[in-house]
Amino acid sequence: MANKLESTLKNMILSLFLISMVMSGALGFVYVVTKKPIEETQKKAEIEAVKNVLPEFDNDPTKDVKDIDGLKYYVATKSGEVVGCAVKTYTNKGFSGHFEIMVGFKPDGTIFKSAVLDQKETPGLGDKMKTKWKDQFNEKHPTTFKLAVKKDGGDVDAITASTITSRAFCDAVTRAYEGYMKNIAKTTNQ
Amino acid sequence: MSSLKVFTNGLLKENPTFVLVLGACPTLAVTTAAFNGIGMGAATTFVLFFSNMLVALLKNYIPDKVRIVAFIVIIATFVTIVDLVMKAFVPDIYKTLGIFIPLIVVNCIILGRAEAFAQKNDVSRAILDGLGMGIGFTLAITILASVRELLGNGTIFNIPIVSENAKTMLIFILPPGAFITYGYLIAIFNQLKAKYNF
Repeated sequence: MANKLESTLKNMILSLFLISMVMSGALGFVYVVTKKPIEETQKKAEIEAVKNVLPEFDNDPTKDVKDIDGLKYYVATKSGEVVGCAVKTYTNKGFSGHFEIMVGFKPDGTIFKSAVLDQKETPGLGDKMKTKWKDQFNEKHPTTFKLAVKKDGGDVDAITASTITSRAFCDAVTRAYEGYMKNIAKTTNQ
Repeated sequence: MSSLKVFTNGLLKENPTFVLVLGACPTLAVTTAAFNGIGMGAATTFVLFFSNMLVALLKNYIPDKVRIVAFIVIIATFVTIVDLVMKAFVPDIYKTLGIFIPLIVVNCIILGRAEAFAQKNDVSRAILDGLGMGIGFTLAITILASVRELLGNGTIFNIPIVSENAKTMLIFILPPGAFITYGYLIAIFNQLKAKYNF
């Protein structure tokens, strides 16, 4: 190619400089355009997750989130009255390490519902925790329903062939319950 | 080579997945469900299309000694664009593909086509090559993902094919199943290729 730029120092610097300039300009533009939609989808996902684990409410629990010891608490009210609190909790004991779940508590500490947020457990085995398996926690109070798999002397039916995931799920729920009783239940029941 | 040949080259003769065996890392990792295959394929096709186009456009203005650097800057830009756009508008697919979207940057198909094709051809042919390669890659990983999803989970595109109580072969969803399925598909593809001589 006769008219190709030669690899002189000046040409190399100029060419790379111009390409980088144009490309960063393009990136900046796309970043600005997508910034709002990204925030909106994240907020929507957050509200959706809270809605999934709590009874009906009419405030915006994402407005006043309490962040204590790595757990996030979303307090939901209906006509001013507290109907429950969703707790975003985590465990590091999963088969693939860390995963996050959301647990909804009624004011007295009874588990309302739970949802799996972010997980990397084995497809087909551990990730069965997303299915109706987790419904066994619904309407149970951790003082009467021991949050441990039956193998460990608790009341939870483990997922077949996924005891580690089931234990980790119990660990996350326990963490949420303890945090809820310690940090939230006192202040809202007064 | 006619324009049509340039396009079909990526689909059959030099299919990036089954013949060139390039970009095997995302191929093996994301093909647990057919939808992931389509999502990954579409993202890669988008990047290939634009990176091939830009490399062909700029080929005379990029000095030889820094061409790889320039290609990577171009590719990385489009990958980041895909990453942001998917995060904003298709969060569900974005969540399952996760880390493999940014990793398109190092997918050898893209740099390979820029180096081996786009920088030696004019813009229209480079675009056709990008599209052909991208669609070839998409089809191949979607087939691979469908086989794995069917054998491992009993569904294709989340549509149940076998009854819910049927035992599925879990191993096909797990990493070893990716290698097994990939190997068989390459063998079948090469058989067909030899037989019909495409």
